Amino acid sequence: MTDDHPGRTPKRWHRNPDRTVFFAIALVSLVTLATIIYFIFAQAAPFVGKLRLSPEGTISKYGLTFTTTRISDLFTTKWWPESDAEQFFGMVPMIVATAAITLGAMLLAVPFGLSAALFVGEVGPRWLKDVFKTVLELLAAVPSVVYGFFGLIVLSPHVRETFNVVGGKTGLTAAIILSVMALPTIASLAEDALHAVPKTYREASLALGATKWQTIWRTLIPAAASGIIGAVILGTGRAIGETMAVLFVAGNAPFLTANLFRSMRPITSAIALDMAESVHGSAHYHALFAMGAMLLLIALTLNWTAEWFHVRLLRRQGVREG
Amino acid sequence: MKTTPTSSKTSRRKTAQCVAFSLLGLGSLFGFFFLAFIVFWIVRQGAPAITWEFLTQAPRRMATEGGIAPMIVGSIYLTLGSLIVALPFALGSAIWLSEYAWKGWWVRAIRIGVNTLAGVPSIVFGLVGLSLFVYTLGFGVSLLSGACTLAMLSLPILIRASEEALRAVPRSFREGSLALGATRWHMIRTVVLPAALPGILTGSVLGMARAIGETAPIMFTATAFMLTQPYPHSLFDKVSTLPYHLYALVQFNPYYNETKPIQYGIVLVLMVVVTLLNLTAIVWRTRARRRKAW
Repeated sequence: MTDDHPGRTPKRWHRNPDRTVFFAIALVSLVTLATIIYFIFAQAAPFVGKLRLSPEGTISKYGLTFTTTRISDLFTTKWWPESDAEQFFGMVPMIVATAAITLGAMLLAVPFGLSAALFVGEVGPRWLKDVFKTVLELLAAVPSVVYGFFGLIVLSPHVRETFNVVGGKTGLTAAIILSVMALPTIASLAEDALHAVPKTYREASLALGATKWQTIWRTLIPAAASGIIGAVILGTGRAIGETMAVLFVAGNAPFLTANLFRSMRPITSAIALDMAESVHGSAHYHALFAMGAMLLLIALTLNWTAEWFHVRLLRRQGVREG
Repeated sequence: MKTTPTSSKTSRRKTAQCVAFSLLGLGSLFGFFFLAFIVFWIVRQGAPAITWEFLTQAPRRMATEGGIAPMIVGSIYLTLGSLIVALPFALGSAIWLSEYAWKGWWVRAIRIGVNTLAGVPSIVFGLVGLSLFVYTLGFGVSLLSGACTLAMLSLPILIRASEEALRAVPRSFREGSLALGATRWHMIRTVVLPAALPGILTGSVLGMARAIGETAPIMFTATAFMLTQPYPHSLFDKVSTLPYHLYALVQFNPYYNETKPIQYGIVLVLMVVVTLLNLTAIVWRTRARRRKAW
C-alpha cells in the first residue's frame, strides 16, 4: 500500500481511539513471542546456572542446593535425571541425534521437494499446479501423530528387514518420516520463489536459444536461489521442532551416536517423554526447559536466517518491503 | 540442418532436457504417491473399526473396548476454545496491519514477530503452557490451559489468513465508504469486515484443522489418559483428545495389541475431520475467488 492509503488519519492517539486500540491488539504477537522467550529461558536458567567446569564441579551428594552439573557430564550417554545419588544429564547425545535426523531428512526432502517445485511450476501443465498445491496442502495438514503412527506400523518393519536393525525404530525411520513432513514446506515455498522470478528472465534466456532445461538450470535457479535457500531453511526448522512423529519412530535410546541405523533420542522426544515424570521445580524439570531453550534458539535462528534470505530476494527483485 | 556442426550439440541438449524433465517428474511423484498411499492405508485399516458404538461411547476396560466419544468432544472443546481465545486478537492485529498501518518500523517488527511465532516448535509451546498457564497462572492441567496454549500456536496462522482476507477487499470499497462520510472505524465495521468475512472464516477453519491435530502443546497442559470423568464439566477439568489418545494407546498403554483396531479407528476419524476441514476451506476459497464480483 502507498502513502495515499484512503482515509489516512492523523497519528495522535487521542484523536483516534480506534487506531490506538488496534495497535495495542496488534502487539499481541510480539507480546506472545516475548512471553515464550521469557518463560522458556527463565525456567532454563536454574539448570544452566548450576553448570560448572570440572574442577569445582564435583557433585555434592547430600546438599540439594549445592548440586551442580559438570559440563563434561553433558557429553555422557547417562540420563539419570531423578537419581538420588548422582544425577546425570547427558544432553549432547540428544543434540547429536536431532542434528543427524534432521540432516538425513533434509538430504531426502530437498531433492524431492525441489524437483516437485520445478516440475510442477515450470514443466508440467497448468492444471497440474492446482492439483499439486492441493496435494501439498493436504500433506501439510496430516497431523503429526498420523505420520508417526504410519511410520511405526508401515515403515519401521520395512527398515527392520531391509537394514536388519532390531525393532526398526531408528534415526533413519524418523528421517524418512520427517522428510515427508518437510516436503510441503520446501516444495511450495520453492515454487513461490521460482514463480516470483520476472518473466523477462525466462524470455531473454529462451530468446538466446537456450532450451527450457537450460533456462531453468542456468537462469531460474540462480535467480531464485535466495528464495530456495529460505525454503530449505524453513523446512529444516519444521523438521527440527517436530515432536510426535519422531517420538513414535526414532526408538528413544539415548546413545551418543550419529549413526542413523541405530535407535536415537532427539531433543523433542526427550522433552515429551520426560516432562510427565519430572517434578515441578526439580533439576530434571529445569534441564528439560534448558533443552527446550536450545530448541527455541535453533528454531529462531533458522527462522531469522530464512527471513533474511527472503528480504534479500525481494530487494534483488526490486520489490520494496511494505 | 542435420549436417551442421551444431546439430549434435542441439540433440545433446534435447537429451539432457529430456532426462532432466523425466527425473523431475519422477521426483515430484513422490508427494502424490505418499499421500495416495497413506490415505489408502488409513481407510483400509480404519474402516472396520468405525461403528456407531465407537463414535458415541466412552472407552471401557483400559480403553480396549468402547469408543472414543470423550476424545472427539475433548478435541472439539479444545479447538473451539483456542479459536475463541485467539481469533479476537488475530482479527484485531490483522485490522491494524491492513487498515491502519501499512508500512513502517512497527509493521515490520510485528510481521517478523508473526513469522517467528509460526516457526516456534510445538513442543516449546507445550513447555510455555506448562510453565505459564498450569503453574504461574494456576489453571492446572485443564481445558483452559490447553486452549490458551493452542491459541498461542494458532495465532500466526489466524493473523496471516485474516490479513490476507482484509487485503483482498478492493480499495474502491473503502474509498466509496469514506467518500460517503464514514469514519475509518465505521468503514471497517460496515464495509471491509463483511466483505472479508468469508476469507476470515476460511482462515479460521484452517487454523482449527491445524490445532485439532496437535499433540505436543497439550500433552503437558490439558490432557490425561485415564479421565476420572469422561466429559469435562468445567474449564478446569482435564480432557483427552483424539491425537493424544492415539499417542497414549501406542506409547504407554500396556494393551498395545488389544487396542490396535481402536488405534486405526482414531487415525481414520482424525484424518476425516482434518481433511473435511481443509477441503471446506479450499472449496470456500476457490468459490470466493470465482464469485468475486469486484
